[in-house]
Amino acid sequence: MRLALKELRRRPGRFTVATIILTLIAILLMFLGGLLDGLIASSTGAIRAQAADAIVYSDTAQASFVRSRIEPDVRAEVEGVGGVTEVGGIGNVQLGARVPGNGPRDLASVALFGYELAPDGVPEPPPYGQAWADETIKASGVEEGMTIEVGPARTPIEIVGFVSDTNFNGQSSLWASPDTWRDALAANRPDAQLGPGVFQALVVRGDDSDLTTAIDEATGGATDSYTIDGAVAAIPGVTEQQNTFNQIIGVTVAIALVVIGLFFALLTVERTSLYGVLKAIGAKSSTIFGGLVVQAVVVTGIAAAIAGALVVVLDLVIPPGSIPLLVTPGRIIVSVVLLLAAAVLGCTFSLRRVLRIDPASAIGTTS
Amino acid sequence: MTATTVGTALEMSDVRKVYTMGDGSEVVALDHATLTLGHDEMVALVGPSGSGKTTLCSIAGGILSATQGRIVVGGEDISDHDAKELTKFRQNKVGFVFQSVNLVPFLTARENLLVVDELGRRIGAPARERADQLLEELGLADRAKNLPSQLSGGQRQRVAIGRALMNDPALVLFDEPTSALDTKLGEQVMELIQNEMKSRDIAAVVVTHDERITHYCDRSVHIVDGRLEA
Repeated sequence: MRLALKELRRRPGRFTVATIILTLIAILLMFLGGLLDGLIASSTGAIRAQAADAIVYSDTAQASFVRSRIEPDVRAEVEGVGGVTEVGGIGNVQLGARVPGNGPRDLASVALFGYELAPDGVPEPPPYGQAWADETIKASGVEEGMTIEVGPARTPIEIVGFVSDTNFNGQSSLWASPDTWRDALAANRPDAQLGPGVFQALVVRGDDSDLTTAIDEATGGATDSYTIDGAVAAIPGVTEQQNTFNQIIGVTVAIALVVIGLFFALLTVERTSLYGVLKAIGAKSSTIFGGLVVQAVVVTGIAAAIAGALVVVLDLVIPPGSIPLLVTPGRIIVSVVLLLAAAVLGCTFSLRRVLRIDPASAIGTTS
Repeated sequence: MTATTVGTALEMSDVRKVYTMGDGSEVVALDHATLTLGHDEMVALVGPSGSGKTTLCSIAGGILSATQGRIVVGGEDISDHDAKELTKFRQNKVGFVFQSVNLVPFLTARENLLVVDELGRRIGAPARERADQLLEELGLADRAKNLPSQLSGGQRQRVAIGRALMNDPALVLFDEPTSALDTKLGEQVMELIQNEMKSRDIAAVVVTHDERITHYCDRSVHIVDGRLEA
């Protein structure tokens, strides 16, 4: 092992090409992971932020706000379920917003929520005509105290402050009172307007571990209830995005594995004579293979560290809201673990060759 | 362990090595070879290419297993050793000096000696002391921190000899130690080998096809077509 580390220290040039290639692969891996996390975060923030135990849609809504209607009588049934402690209505409409100072076609995409129970990080509903905005809307030039106009009806909404990580379907969220939302919905989506007391969904807090089943039973199947995690996964497109990105990430890890495998296989071929000598003077195959693994892990670790630092810098220089990149320590750690696993696995390509190196090759067997 | 003659470094009795070829035919590389070396004896093993001298050397050094026969080195019968036991045997009982020297290119002269300890017993400080002492005795103390590429051919050969002596072996096997050197340097290296082996009471087999260096050894053994001829 010390021998392997000494070679790395004294002959870094031999490993430079592999390190550069692995760094590029690691950057790609972490960037893809960051994009996935960013996309998912910007699609699901509004649901993840709900400080609740269940989200209740109507039975045919398929976890879509647009398709869901909860009438007051259904709400009353939900409120009567044992273990339910608080119920709040919630609704959403996705619109384009005109921002003062921007061109008439330069619209900011917003998801306007009307809510009764405040999500995590969001204050209580502001007065009529006002809203809290997700900070990503700043990228569109929105500032605190500014009044934006949403939808074709140009409904004015004054921004009274900013919240974070509450986006929905990739759009900046606005958090307003139920009346503000209901009127904006009626003015801009007349076909989808809802009467007083009607919401698209309910946010439920309670102390029963199996609240969702109890709610759906109590409403006689008129509702389709989800835990928060379930509601996040059920948002249309989220699972598909995750699957697609995870497949790309999987292919990237496979490429890393092949690169490491080929590089160290070539190195092993090149070192056959040296390994033969080492075996002749008493090196075990496991010692030689262990050295290869150590070198692969160190090279990959260096590549991953450089890539991690570069991706963090990239995250800092990219303006919020421009591209959905979310770099988290968790994602970087997962990427590093995947790359290290690929490094160890890649080395196994060389295991058979190492085992087959005959110490007799050090002195030849023909004379 | 089988009892052996006291004072012998190597006993090979009726040793055969047969290779089976791809078409099922057999090639006898070593044919009923019997050879005994005293504890400080130097033997030149002389023969043309393909005569079996390296095969004999490899079997004596525990690198190859014999098809048949008995091999005892430094009192240890290695005839039936498996690969793991042979690895341990090579770590402890035998030293090698290879034809092309084969030092580890990225290690200094001192570290090339210490490789033996790192791959084997890992005794640490005593090994470092021994390495320093060997380098001193081989006239390489001032070259201890040099890489092989910074050493002359003769100096590299001396480092290789030092490496072969690191584990205090009962037997050192030299594979064509002068083949890559000019005549003058070859003679110097043979003098060095002779001095080092005799002063340390270590037996040596010097594989060569060069009759000019055999006089540095106590005796010569010729090998032709796998058969030893005294």
